[in-house]
Amino acid sequence: MTLTDSPLADLVETEVLERVLHEALRRGGDFAEIFAEDRASCGIFLDDGKVEELSSGRDRGAGIRVISNETTGFAHTADLSEKGLLQAAEAAAAVAREGGGGGGVRQAALSRQTPAPRTGVKKLPSSIPKSAKVELLLRADDAARSTGGAITQVSAGYGDSRRRILVANSGGLLTADDRVRTQVRLTCVASGDGGLQTGFQTLAFTLGHEIFDDHPVEEVAERAAQRAIAKLTARPAPSGVLPVVIKSGSGGFLFHEACGHGLEADHVLKDSSVYAGRLGQVVASRGVTLVDDGSLAPQWGSLAIDDEGRPTQRNVLIEDGVLSDYMWDYLRARKEGRTSSGNGRRQSYQDLPMVRMTNTFLLAGEEDPDEIVSQTPNGVYVAQLGGGQVNTATGDFVFGMTEAYLIENGRITAPLRNANLIGNGPDVLSKIDAIGNDLEMCSGTCGKDGQSVPVGCGQPTLRVTGITIGGTAGA
Amino acid sequence: MEVYVARSRETSIRVFEGAIEQLTAAESAGVGVRVISAGKQGFSYVGALDEAAGTEALGEARDNAGFATADERVGLASPDGVDPPTLELWREELVRFPTDDKVELALELERHVRGGDPRIRQVVSSDYVDGLGESAIATSRGIEVTSRRTGCYLFVHAVAGDGNDTQTGFGYSVGRAPADLDVEAAANDAVDRATRLLGARKGKSAKLTAVLDRRVTAALLAILSGTLSGEEVAKGRSLFEGRIGEQVGVGDLTLFDDPTNPLAYGASRYDAEGLACRHNSLIEGGELKGFLYDTYAGRLAGTSSTGSAVRGGFRTTPSVGARALSLLPGKQDQPEIVATVSEGVLVQSITGVHSGVNRVSGDFSVGAEGLMIRGGELAEPVREVTIASTIQRMLQHIVAIGSDVEWLPGAATGVTLAVDDIAMSGA
Repeated sequence: MTLTDSPLADLVETEVLERVLHEALRRGGDFAEIFAEDRASCGIFLDDGKVEELSSGRDRGAGIRVISNETTGFAHTADLSEKGLLQAAEAAAAVAREGGGGGGVRQAALSRQTPAPRTGVKKLPSSIPKSAKVELLLRADDAARSTGGAITQVSAGYGDSRRRILVANSGGLLTADDRVRTQVRLTCVASGDGGLQTGFQTLAFTLGHEIFDDHPVEEVAERAAQRAIAKLTARPAPSGVLPVVIKSGSGGFLFHEACGHGLEADHVLKDSSVYAGRLGQVVASRGVTLVDDGSLAPQWGSLAIDDEGRPTQRNVLIEDGVLSDYMWDYLRARKEGRTSSGNGRRQSYQDLPMVRMTNTFLLAGEEDPDEIVSQTPNGVYVAQLGGGQVNTATGDFVFGMTEAYLIENGRITAPLRNANLIGNGPDVLSKIDAIGNDLEMCSGTCGKDGQSVPVGCGQPTLRVTGITIGGTAGA
Repeated sequence: MEVYVARSRETSIRVFEGAIEQLTAAESAGVGVRVISAGKQGFSYVGALDEAAGTEALGEARDNAGFATADERVGLASPDGVDPPTLELWREELVRFPTDDKVELALELERHVRGGDPRIRQVVSSDYVDGLGESAIATSRGIEVTSRRTGCYLFVHAVAGDGNDTQTGFGYSVGRAPADLDVEAAANDAVDRATRLLGARKGKSAKLTAVLDRRVTAALLAILSGTLSGEEVAKGRSLFEGRIGEQVGVGDLTLFDDPTNPLAYGASRYDAEGLACRHNSLIEGGELKGFLYDTYAGRLAGTSSTGSAVRGGFRTTPSVGARALSLLPGKQDQPEIVATVSEGVLVQSITGVHSGVNRVSGDFSVGAEGLMIRGGELAEPVREVTIASTIQRMLQHIVAIGSDVEWLPGAATGVTLAVDDIAMSGA
C-alpha cells in the first residue's frame, strides 16, 4: 500500500474546507458538513483447504451535506481536490434550497479540535506482511479440521481495515479519527448420518493484528468446529413458548433487536417505534440496565468520535427497567433541542448518517449463571445467537439460535437444530427474571436502511420466562 | 488478468409529510483488477476511475496473487460461443427525467397512502430511487464486453393504527424508467398489507398448510439459489449434493434461472465474467437436473460455466449466483389456492431469513405474520409466530403453485405457493 501515514486532516487543507463550506451555504441552508474518508482494507479467504484469494481495497472521497430546516441535500465525490469538493457542495446545496427557510447561515471559522487518540493500536495492518495474515488462516484451517473427523469443510475469512475520517462543519467543528479494525471468521461444516450441519465463530476488535496475541486463532477455529460437530446429533427444536436461558455474549443480539433499534431517535420521532412516548416508563424487568457506549474500546462498535464528529459516550438507555433515553444523531437531536448522544454513523462517505447503535449491552446482575440453569426445570439454553430482525413499529422481533440445547430438570441436555425465536420487545424485556454476573461482549454487523455498520453487543447469562421457539418438534 | 470497470449515477429521494426529507445525487465509479498467475488469484479495487487508480489496483492485485494457494482450476472465462440475448436494459428517458418530477412521484405516493385508509397513521418514508449504471469487462482471454442499464423504484413504508394496535405494510413498484412505475399499485399494496393485519393476535402453535404470498415465495427461492450453486455442491456445502436425477420435489415443481427474460428484474446480457447469460434448468417435474456454475465452479465439477457468475460491483470478485429464478406457474390464483386449504395460514411476510434459514443443513425457521385460513376462507390476522420445516421437506410438500407471477426486485420471481406439513409456533 502506498498510503502515507499523514493525518487525514492534512489531506484536505483547512482553507479549502472553509471555502467549500462557504459555497455550500451560499444560497441558503442552516448547516453544512464535509465528511472525508480514506479507507484501506485487506481481505483473505480460505476455502476447501486453499487460500483462494487475497484482496485489497481503497476508497477515498467526501460526502457533503447541506441542511435547510427539515430538508437535507447530499452529494459525494471521489475527487478530493477543491474543484471536486466545490462541485459536490453545489449539488448538495441545490436541493437544500427547496427546503426554503434558513437565511444562509454564516459558517463559523473552523477551529481544530484535537483528533481523538487512536485507541492503543499496537500493530497496524499495513505493518504486517501478507504472508503472516495468510499463515493465520492456514493455522485456523488446520485446527478446525483437527478438531474431529466429522469436519468436512472449513472456510476462514480474514479482514482488516484502516479508516481515516475527517469531519468539518459550519458550526466550526474540525476533527478527525483513525480507526483500525481486524477480524477473523470461521465456518465449519460437519457431516453425519443426519446430513450436514454448520458452526461458526468470529473474533473482531477495533484493534490491529495484536488481537491474535491474546486470542489464538486456533481457539476460534475449534469453537466453530465443535459447534458443527455437536449439531450432528441435534434434534429439531421445540415449537411453542418455553423458558429460555440465554448465555452471555452473543445473547446481546436479543437486546439489539428487542429494543435497540426501537430506541433509535429517528424511529421514535417518526412515531414508528413501540417505545415512542415512553420515557420514564417501565419497559423492562427490575435489574435490566441497558447501555449503548461507543467509547468502549476495543469492542467492535467502538469509535472515538461518531461520523458527525461528536465524541462517543456511555448512554444509559434503560435504567433498572425504566426507559431513560433514546439514542440521537445531530439532526434528530436538533429537532428536539438537545445534544447528540454520539450515535450518528454512516457506512461510508457515500452515505448519509443516521442514528445507529455502537456497543449495546446489558449490565451484569448478581446471579450465578450455572444456578440460573439449574433453577430452570425445563426450557431451552441458547449458547450462541446468529442475528435477527425487528419491526420497530410493532415491536415484534426474531433472533436465530445457532447453538442451543434443551434444558431438562435443570440440566443442559440434547443439542437442538437451528431455529428462530420470536417475541415482542416490551413483552420479552418484562419477562427477564434472572440476570447473571457474567457480562461478555460479542461482535456483529448491523444493517439499517441499506447501510451496514460494525456493532458490539453483550449481556450476562439471563433467563426469559417465556419466548416462542420456532422449531418443529411437538408441533 | 481481468479488469472490471463500473460507473453509476444515482438519485435518491425521500419525502416525509409533504416535503423533501433528503435528496442525494451522486456518481460512483471504480475499478477491480483480478490477476491470475500460475493458478493463484489476487484481487484489488480502487474506488476511483483515474489512471492512478488502475495502476494502484493492478500493482496490488499482482502482489496479492503471490499469496494464494496454487490451484490449476483457477482461471478466467474463455469465450464459449454462446450469444448474449438481445435485451434493451437502458431507457434514455430516465436520463432526462427532471428531478422535480421524481420528487413529485414520491410525494404522490405518500399522498395516496395517507388517503388510502383512515387507519393509516403514518407514512414513515416514501422513496424514489433511480440508478444509471455502466460496466465493462476486459480480460487477457479475449473477453471484452460492456453493458449498461437503468432502473428505478418507488418504496413506501406505511404504519396503520387502530386504538392501541399498530401494524406496518411496505409497498413498491419497480421499473427501468419512471413510466413503468405504478404509484397507485404501490400505495394500495402498502395500505392493504398494513390494515389487514390490524387486530392481529399471537397465533397458536399448530401443524398446518402455509400459503406463501408472492414476496415470501421469492425470498424462499432466493435462499434455494445458494443450495444450487455448483461451487457449494463441489465443496460439500449443499443439501443437493449427489442428487442429480432424483425427485427432490413434487411433480409440479419446475425451477429455472433465466436472465434472458426482459421482464425479470435481474435480466442481463452478460454474467460477471463476461459470458452470455442463458436459461438454466435446475429442477424439472420435481427432478433435480443441474446446478449453476461460473468458470471456477465449473472446473471444480468437471463441467463448464452456465454463465452464472455474479458480483457485487467492482469491490468483489465473481462467484456463482442466480439472477432470475422462476417457478413454472400453476393454474390457480391466490384466492383459488386459499379456497382449497381447510387449515392454514396465508403468510404475508417473513422475517429473520438470515438468522433462521441454514442452507447447508436445510433448517428453515422464520418469523411470520398473515391471516389464518379456515375452511378455505381468510380468517383472523396473526402475528408473532414462526413457521418452520426443512428446505428438503418443503419441496416435497408443495401442494399448489400459483399462476400469479409477479416480477419482483431481487433474484427471484414470486408466485403464491402452498406448502403443507409446516410447524407454526406461537402461543
